[in-house]
Amino acid sequence: MKKFPLLDLLVTFMKIGAFTFGGGYAMLALIENECVAKKGWLTHDEFMDITVIAESTPGPVAINTATFVGYKKKGPLGSFFATFGVVLPSFVIIYLISLFLKDFLEITWVASAFKGIRVAVAYLIIAAGLKMWKKLKKTPLNIAVFIAAALAMIAVDFFALRFSTVYMILIAALVALSAYGVGEIRRKEARK
Amino acid sequence: MIFLRLFLEFVKVGLFTFGGAYGSIPIIRETVLSNAWMSDDLFTYILGVSESTPGPIMVNTATYVGNTVGMQATGTVWGGFFGSVCATLGVVTPSFIIILLIAALLRRFMEKKPVRAVLDGVKPCIVGIILITAIHLFAACLFPGLANSFRLSGLDTRALIMILLIGAGRSGWKMWKKRAASPILTILAAAVLGVAVYGV
Repeated sequence: MKKFPLLDLLVTFMKIGAFTFGGGYAMLALIENECVAKKGWLTHDEFMDITVIAESTPGPVAINTATFVGYKKKGPLGSFFATFGVVLPSFVIIYLISLFLKDFLEITWVASAFKGIRVAVAYLIIAAGLKMWKKLKKTPLNIAVFIAAALAMIAVDFFALRFSTVYMILIAALVALSAYGVGEIRRKEARK
Repeated sequence: MIFLRLFLEFVKVGLFTFGGAYGSIPIIRETVLSNAWMSDDLFTYILGVSESTPGPIMVNTATYVGNTVGMQATGTVWGGFFGSVCATLGVVTPSFIIILLIAALLRRFMEKKPVRAVLDGVKPCIVGIILITAIHLFAACLFPGLANSFRLSGLDTRALIMILLIGAGRSGWKMWKKRAASPILTILAAAVLGVAVYGV
């Protein structure tokens, strides 16, 4: 494997993609085990840096990390092989499931099981949201943005409006940037 | 062209998802519903499947939605396969490009103060979006008519039983094990309970 670093990247990340359940954060532990402890591709500090960047840039954390590790190891081509590897197992599994799920849902007990799963999904989403709320810095601006976003979501729901959450995120980004700008100007004036 | 549309819609999902998988769910749901690609019920089922199979939830959902939409539009298995490829490529592409740029050119980009301000600033917005989406899903389970009319009538008592059972199970597990039940355990338990409550 050592002679073919690209193949090594591909296989390692396929393994990571195939054996992590429960989304990106579970994957990080496995990535660390494979890339830091076993292969020595990265130091622990480098891995921590990558994690922070992967979490704060958009997109799946697993993809971000794979792209980054691949680049460190073998440049853009390495990125490609690592990302391709991490996506491939889930693609194959989900693709096969998606061929059959609709027919399965015709069976009564499968449909019943999925009605139960629907409730579980709602719980998992609310648990994730509450966890993020706990980690959130409770500044007045953050709380105001949170309330505004929640109210906007409720309004969209109730009046069946077409207002994408993408716009909400963009507005929040703009508000944060202006708040930062105003803060900077004030700080400069205070220094004068 | 449905395949280009799938690709572009999932580029949007990949680009505007912050805060991991759960941040993507409201955006994918909105995309799927506004394009009338599938029902809200089927979408939550797919989420259940995505969370209990390996891999990033966003990629799993994209693959699934792509296959369903591609198959509906062309009526062929290959159309479905190509739809899966387009949607999955779409959701991966923004991250791939952004990380490549950061890794190659902009190592210090993430430490810039305005960048941090924006990244921290969108967090409360995303938390609000996620929490309201979850509440909506609970309400949609409890009041099956909610999707069509906005009247809170026709309470589904079996859904209420499910919500109470899973809630009790999750908090019981947390007290017993001192940590939250994993997504896969919650989903498996809910599937068994679902069969018991909704019948065979």
